[in-house]
Amino acid sequence: MQSLKRFSWTDVFMWVVGAALLTLIVVGSYLTLQQGKYTTVQWFDLAVFGLAQGSVYALIALGYTLVYGILRMINFAHSEIFMSGAYIGFFVATSMQRSGFLRENPVLGIVFIFLTAMTTSAILAILLERIAYRPLRGAPRLVPLITAIGASFFLQYTFRGLFGTQNRAYPEIDFIRGAIPLFGSFQIQKIQLIVIIAAALMMAALAFFVQYTKTGKAMRAVSEDKSVAALMGIDVDKIIVRTFVIGASLAGAAGVLYCFMFRIVTFYMGFIPGLKAFTAAVLGGIGNPPGAMLGGLFLGIFESLGPTLFLDGLGIPAPYQLKDVIAFTMLVMILIFRPTGILGERLSKTKA
Amino acid sequence: MSTQNRFDWLKAVQLGAIAGITGILISLVGMLQQFDSRDIIAGSLSMGWTMLFLTVIVASYFSAAHQPSKLLSIAASFVTGLVFGFVMCLLTYAVDTFDLRQTLVNASPALVKILTFEDGVPTGLVELVVTVTIAGVVGGVIYILPQRIRKAVSLGLTVMVFLGLMQQIIQVTLSNFPQVNSATAWMFGRGTQKGLSFNGAIVVFLVVTLSNLFWESNATKVNSQIQKMPENRQRSLRILGYGLLLLVVLYLPVLLGLYLTEVVNVTGLFILMGLGLNIVVGFAGLLDLGYVAFYAIGAYTVGVLTSVSGQLSTAFEWNFWWALPVCIFVCVMAGIVLGIPVLNMRGDYLAIVTLGFGEIIRILALSDFLKPHIGGSQGIVSIPPPDFFGVLLNKPQTLYYLIVAGCLLALFVSQRLRDSRLGRSWKAMREDEDVAQAMGINLVATKLLAFATGAAFSGLSGTILAIKLGTIYPHSFALLISINVLSLIIVGGMGSIPGVFIGGLLLAGLPELLREFSEYRLLIYGALLVVMMQVRPEGFWPEETHKREFHENEQVPTQEAA
Repeated sequence: MQSLKRFSWTDVFMWVVGAALLTLIVVGSYLTLQQGKYTTVQWFDLAVFGLAQGSVYALIALGYTLVYGILRMINFAHSEIFMSGAYIGFFVATSMQRSGFLRENPVLGIVFIFLTAMTTSAILAILLERIAYRPLRGAPRLVPLITAIGASFFLQYTFRGLFGTQNRAYPEIDFIRGAIPLFGSFQIQKIQLIVIIAAALMMAALAFFVQYTKTGKAMRAVSEDKSVAALMGIDVDKIIVRTFVIGASLAGAAGVLYCFMFRIVTFYMGFIPGLKAFTAAVLGGIGNPPGAMLGGLFLGIFESLGPTLFLDGLGIPAPYQLKDVIAFTMLVMILIFRPTGILGERLSKTKA
Repeated sequence: MSTQNRFDWLKAVQLGAIAGITGILISLVGMLQQFDSRDIIAGSLSMGWTMLFLTVIVASYFSAAHQPSKLLSIAASFVTGLVFGFVMCLLTYAVDTFDLRQTLVNASPALVKILTFEDGVPTGLVELVVTVTIAGVVGGVIYILPQRIRKAVSLGLTVMVFLGLMQQIIQVTLSNFPQVNSATAWMFGRGTQKGLSFNGAIVVFLVVTLSNLFWESNATKVNSQIQKMPENRQRSLRILGYGLLLLVVLYLPVLLGLYLTEVVNVTGLFILMGLGLNIVVGFAGLLDLGYVAFYAIGAYTVGVLTSVSGQLSTAFEWNFWWALPVCIFVCVMAGIVLGIPVLNMRGDYLAIVTLGFGEIIRILALSDFLKPHIGGSQGIVSIPPPDFFGVLLNKPQTLYYLIVAGCLLALFVSQRLRDSRLGRSWKAMREDEDVAQAMGINLVATKLLAFATGAAFSGLSGTILAIKLGTIYPHSFALLISINVLSLIIVGGMGSIPGVFIGGLLLAGLPELLREFSEYRLLIYGALLVVMMQVRPEGFWPEETHKREFHENEQVPTQEAA
């Protein structure tokens, strides 16, 4: 607000930084395209990969956004809920692979993996809400955040202790490997297609749920105004738990999808996707579910195309290493120049 | 609590079950096995078992607290202990019968061995239940003791456990003083033993307990005597106290020997960072999760400026003392540059964005992009130790003085800043930004100064780290460092300067001493943060205003969630 009234030197500084970054992007993209090192097929592959990755981000981001909408807190431990889903999915998948079940009924097996992962994540989220967050309603604003950070590390290192430090690889599921040829030399990886479709289905289900069911309406009411919702006969605590459960199931499913793509499960795997998903949630406008979906997809594509497109032409070696830098820089830039995100209301400045 | 005069079964069983789940967690994450190798009392009580006992004692203490009469309290603690024992039995049985190692890496025969006192499943299980039930009853007994005795007994037990944990270090240190050899040998046993000797443990317990009881009954008398003294006598007494403290601080490396001095140095670096972050988070209320960025910037600046390895494209090869002010300046500038974008952000957003900054710095340090300038994943090597008037600062004992000087400087600066105009502006901003601005505080300058000061201390810590190690790697600057520092100021008490020292000793010093802890450090920190926020959000040594703020909130429970 104050920045509209007068320009201070800090605003000027930020505008200069923003303009410099924009120039960098434009010049980098121009040079990359001009050099023509990459074919259209390669760009297409990158874009599809980005879309798949973005779908996973979107699923995780929904959990952040739903909880933020209701409690006005960043559930820092959400990334660990994502990780727990991936872990449990791994154990179910390996045991089914060993017994041969996964080879005989791949569809049933995969559905079962998803169900167990989502259930575990949901249970973990219920425990988290009950033990760590509920006693803190109405505490000073830093308190729940610090609790969430603590819970995040506690969960991460509990998993490390329980299941060991080694990286574990998801089993090869033949059913989801291979590529589907499209026109010309274009093709699309089966797994990426599955991830995109599964995520789209879940997001559609969520949108329907929030818009038309009774619980969904109650969730929206609670995120508008907790006390008024309580006066209308809504059990706020129950709705909060349900919100956590929904967010966590999506994160659990995202964990399995993520591991179908990248195959490696570790105890710290949640951190970076969690941070990215948060970026996606902010990008779309935090507290706004359609925004989170859009933000996730956008971030996924941006991150997959960005390093090559912007940096390769500038002669920076191994630009792919810098993809996280691009994502975080984008987060900062969005929070400065458009804190409302693409679809959201302005929250970063109002008092949570 | 409960008005009815009935035995509260539910609570007793519930607490037993919660303790049981905690026990299972302790066993399955591997803490029990890891800590079993360290004895508190040689041959009879290991650190792993101490953790289990503590769990059940605490649970049965609270279970006893929920009962209406003393007799029922003991009964409740018995029930809690029994339930705990039963749960642990189930775990032992499950681990013994099924092979779970594919999934749960710590569910091994070794675990069963520890839990059954190496007696195998049927007999060992009975022993297990009996032992933990007794421990549960101990918890109940501690509850019904009069408060003064309870306090003394708890302190006695704590000191005993502490001495047992530290025995190796104490023995090594004391071996420098041959005069006390026989006493050490008696207390810690001879040669191969790993903990306090049985007699030693009892003596320690009795001495501490009794002296605490004695002190408690005489403390008021001594205090009033000091109060009665004339003003100048009081002051000279205080100066004497400070003088003694200073003498100890100066003489410490000689006293402690190589290893302990190294531990003190690491602790000192964390305290230095903690003092800086305390300004940002504690005074100004800006939750910064990317604090490690400045630590890294400080270390890298000194690396680039002084390294003599010749691997970098730009070689300055400066003297450390010339580089130091430049490093601090660079860190201050970095604090301001990274502060400007977050000026308008609050709370959660600030935390995430600063976290992003920390990661950006680390990724940049790791990347091939900047490799010619700052070494990439191989880091920077051959950073020469500085020369201080002919003394080469390359040993822990000499570096110690540099670190102490840094800490004292930071202490002095934050002490002076706390009550200055700037410090009061920070606190006003922490309480309410809008009101602070309405009162005429320039938010931009105030925030940037907080970031800059914090960055300077962190950077100083980083430069010392660089010369201490002689090499720097990007991996030394992970997010975990930020979380570590944050944990230590929260445990000590946000905004409280003595709290930083307490937190530093507890969270940086202690884990360095107990190497077994290192693997579970973050697990324990995480749990500690969650518990602290619920039980004692103001920290162990709270700052006055913060304490008031938290109490104010307790008195007025919000009806929001109803």
